[in-house]
Amino acid sequence: MSGAPSHTVAPRWLGLWPAVMLTLFFLAPFGIMLAVSVAKRDASGFYEWGFDPGSYARFMSAFFAKVMAVSLSVSLAAAAICVALAFPFTVFLASLGHRMQTLVLVVLLSVLALSEVIIGFSLSTLLSQTAGIGNLFHWLGLIDAPRAYTPSLFALITGLCYIGFPFAVLVLYPPVSRLDPEIVEAARVMGASGPSAFFGVIVPNLRGAIMGAFILVFVFTLGSYLLPQLLGRSEHWTLSVHITDQAVYQSNLPFAAAMSVFLMLVALALVGLASLAGRDKGAA
Amino acid sequence: MTELRIDGLTKNFGSFKALDNVSLDIPSGKFVCLLGPSGCGKTTLLRLIAGLEEPSAGRVLVGGQDQTRVPTHKRGMGMVFQSLALFPHLDVAENIAYPLAIRGGDKATRAARAAELLDLVRLPGMGARRIHQLSGGQRQRVAIARGLSINPKVFLLDEPLSALDASLREHMQIELRQIQQSLGVTTIVVTHDQQEALTMADLVIVMKDGVIQQAGAPMEVYHNPANAFVAGFIGTTNLMPCTVADGAIQVLGQRIPVTEGDRIGVASGPAHLSVRPEHVILTSEAEGIPAEVNFVRDLGESRHVLMLVDGHEITAQMPPGTGAAALRPGDRVGLSFRPGQRVVVA
Repeated sequence: MSGAPSHTVAPRWLGLWPAVMLTLFFLAPFGIMLAVSVAKRDASGFYEWGFDPGSYARFMSAFFAKVMAVSLSVSLAAAAICVALAFPFTVFLASLGHRMQTLVLVVLLSVLALSEVIIGFSLSTLLSQTAGIGNLFHWLGLIDAPRAYTPSLFALITGLCYIGFPFAVLVLYPPVSRLDPEIVEAARVMGASGPSAFFGVIVPNLRGAIMGAFILVFVFTLGSYLLPQLLGRSEHWTLSVHITDQAVYQSNLPFAAAMSVFLMLVALALVGLASLAGRDKGAA
Repeated sequence: MTELRIDGLTKNFGSFKALDNVSLDIPSGKFVCLLGPSGCGKTTLLRLIAGLEEPSAGRVLVGGQDQTRVPTHKRGMGMVFQSLALFPHLDVAENIAYPLAIRGGDKATRAARAAELLDLVRLPGMGARRIHQLSGGQRQRVAIARGLSINPKVFLLDEPLSALDASLREHMQIELRQIQQSLGVTTIVVTHDQQEALTMADLVIVMKDGVIQQAGAPMEVYHNPANAFVAGFIGTTNLMPCTVADGAIQVLGQRIPVTEGDRIGVASGPAHLSVRPEHVILTSEAEGIPAEVNFVRDLGESRHVLMLVDGHEITAQMPPGTGAAALRPGDRVGLSFRPGQRVVVA
């Protein structure tokens, strides 16, 4: 009889393509970064190959521990707020008519076309004392005098959420729109009020998708280095800002690389934890 | 007592009238089948009773109380959905006890009730299974158990058995009927399968285009259809245009005098004659209405002879071992309709 079926869709060597790409654009640069992180800093501005763990040692300080904590809390807060807004929004979106859904998704996608710089400057204008919403609040009689809302932690998180929201919706939309509407109706008939059907049936059934959106926004905002400088105070500067500072302005590439490696390890650990928590008990 | 009253219920979807002024009285503890082709409004009627849709006009009364404006989750109904809609994130026992959990029932009560219902639907000890570990028939039973867990005022089922294969479906029809009788719960099942309706129901309600065509006991609807649509939809029948005049039926160029037992629903004028295949008698060509055999279908337990008369196809059902065995396509025969078994409808 004939051997293994030979009519596969794609030839097997095509599987090498992603492997080559991954090596070329991820593993190799990461290797270089690892090597640089233990290289010796050259006072003239670059580095010499070698093994010097000094960069890592310098990082183990109270100052950078605080920076790390700020980075993580800012990103976690942005991700949590984003998902908390995006999930009910997506559930509502999926209940709309087909044309309306397409329209809203197109508008959301167009937000992705805006660069971080434009978003940052727009928000800093909108929240400023001279031209911002403070004037509107003053005019409405809510506050005594126009005031600035930037730079502040609030402005920073608002900016990060503005960027993260479309991503969260795009991750949530496919599973939310695939959820059997009869499951929700079943809960309703069996005595669940609107909120209890939402939290008791919709949320647990989409736990994986919610975690996925959370992780995406978290990782995405963790790498943001423009918005913290535009909208935040110096104490809100994230690790990414300090990495940029070290690499570009202080010309200390080994230290920048060491911080990057550390940030990546911490991010990986958190993503691992989150996906473990998001694993669905029912899924086989 | 939880009798159900539907009073002038109308539902429009835009310009489409899904349900048109439907009124109905369902006595407590009855098993009712809403029967009709797809798009006839039967599912809409069920969803209106459950409160999943708002009526455009009319009222729903359960146990004498107006429920029309009561939100779904406060109606105390049990329901089995077409997709079953079991919760994949809960195990079997948690699914069944969900309506109790929502109402704040404690853990021990929930576990006891789930076990009790699992016994009722013959799945003892399956409470800890996940939904994806169950077969189609087992999921069906879990959905039924979940629908019954709060002792619902009315038990609603939307095409509950349509996803099962034929033999399992027949088995579940009988089982569902037995469960309903043991509990005495008022039950409404939506189905497009007339055999399912005849097997299970106390009361069959035939619907078409959002209007009730006939409501009655299964055998009444079967033997005494209200109109040509009901006659054609329930069971298999031969339906022929005819005219009624002077105590006789004029059909296929013959004048047949009405005899005792014939059910003549039209006093005079044009109508339809309905005769079940088992009441079509084959004779020699010389007697009866001349016909030509078109096809013979042998089903073992019976034999169907399909004939053409004046362009109308007439089917006769013969018991095995009768003369029909020798019939071949092209043979010429005579046919007549058994006296007392002729039904004339509008």
